[in-house]
Amino acid sequence: MKYSGFKVIKEALTGHKGWKPVWRTPKPKNEYDVIIVGGGGHGLATAYYLAKEFGITNIAVLEKGWIGSGNVGRNTTIVRSNYLLPGNEPFYEFSMKLWENLEQDFNYNAMVSQRGILNLFHNDAGRDAYARRGNSMMLAGADAVLLDQEGVRKMYPCLDFENARFPIKGGLLQPRGGTVRHDAVAWGYARGADSRGVDIIQNCEVTGMNIENGICTGVETSQGTIKAKKVAVCVAGSSSRVMSMAGMRLPIESHVLQAFVSEGLKPILPGVVTFGAGHFYVSQSDKGGLVFGGDIDGYNTYAQRGNLPVVEDVCEGGMALMPMIGRARLLRMWGGVMDMSMDGSPFIDKTHINGLYFNGGWCYGGFKATPASGWCYAHLLAKDEPHPVATEYRLDRFRRGAMLDEKGVGAQPNLH
Amino acid sequence: MIINHPLLGPRDAAEFVYKGDASLINRPNWQADDAAELFHEYLYLRDNPAGQHRELWYHEQGDRSWLIVTRNTLTHEISNVEFARDVALAERPKK
Repeated sequence: MKYSGFKVIKEALTGHKGWKPVWRTPKPKNEYDVIIVGGGGHGLATAYYLAKEFGITNIAVLEKGWIGSGNVGRNTTIVRSNYLLPGNEPFYEFSMKLWENLEQDFNYNAMVSQRGILNLFHNDAGRDAYARRGNSMMLAGADAVLLDQEGVRKMYPCLDFENARFPIKGGLLQPRGGTVRHDAVAWGYARGADSRGVDIIQNCEVTGMNIENGICTGVETSQGTIKAKKVAVCVAGSSSRVMSMAGMRLPIESHVLQAFVSEGLKPILPGVVTFGAGHFYVSQSDKGGLVFGGDIDGYNTYAQRGNLPVVEDVCEGGMALMPMIGRARLLRMWGGVMDMSMDGSPFIDKTHINGLYFNGGWCYGGFKATPASGWCYAHLLAKDEPHPVATEYRLDRFRRGAMLDEKGVGAQPNLH
Repeated sequence: MIINHPLLGPRDAAEFVYKGDASLINRPNWQADDAAELFHEYLYLRDNPAGQHRELWYHEQGDRSWLIVTRNTLTHEISNVEFARDVALAERPKK
């Protein structure tokens, strides 16, 4: 479907009755070259880039619910590439560059808004750590600006600079970071993949893996057996459940992360701000609501809801950073299930089973990685070798002692 | 969530620190020939089930006891709470 200003005006005058579904509802074929399990942001991006960049179009995306019903529809929409480690930062910067050109690439309005992300520090040690991180970012070609207190005050006068316990001393700004309309990312990729011949099959749950002599030949689904040359699992949040069908145990625990939206307010926050003395991050949506979140709840769960102690903890972080938030009413809150990996970093890798591939372990950083995750997974599926920026995301890195532990907290998933 | 402590009765889960799958109380034999592989599995790999899950909770803001809580990861319903010490002693091979 073509979109244009003329079409919008015409539809506005005729009751919006002329809009058509932007992807088909096909029945599954008996066999595909590639089956992607999971129709979330990453799965749809994988299908899109496989079709567009790598010339493989005989693909099915199997989704047990409706596409985009998982974490791509449940996050706080932040995109950034402010990582530290050489195994991570080039990957996230690759993702950032894809975000910058995404709307032109798939010709769909994803409301990519590079409004900047600011990580605050509150003491000398925090400044040192962020100076180092900024240098690491620039080495990978990303942008980073270290601001002093005055610099932060000019951008965000509403923050509590003179807080007795955690005064704001400055911050690390990534001007190219920002927010993206998350649902539109899933829809844009779905539309682009569908128009290139990819079958997006919703309400089709994978119930088993067909593995013979160490080779994966397809999957059992609620809509029957589907054969495939390659099966690509991409179901972050449920990775352990799906991969257990192939007899695999993963270095992953499932945890819930909660997110919150306040009532609509007048413009107060031009970009994304994170508190440096606790876990709290906030931005303002185009509708005016403050979108914020904090730590995961910290226990294994597959329920897409959390508990109240973390709500209190997140709101305390908000009050410490910007006391005016206490006057805003909370409108909505929700939870999403995260693949928390043992070092806080993801996986894009082949498995020991021929024809079975795995993408997961995104912790609570999956959304910003969507384009690069899709591209690198497509690269792996098409060429059977990892993309140059995703060579460290191997399943065996713990056995080799090659962890990618940004925080340096060890094998404690609830601390990442 | 409310954890029904065997001695102290119902306590808010916020008093506890979550310490992961209860299988972590069974450390592998460090003298085994395949000890490196066993410790890799012990430290990094998890069953991560959807449903009943036996897990360790440490009562840091209370009596510092370690508990094994059986909880449903789909509903957060807690069906059993026991002292990790009692479980470990019961599972210890008899001399």
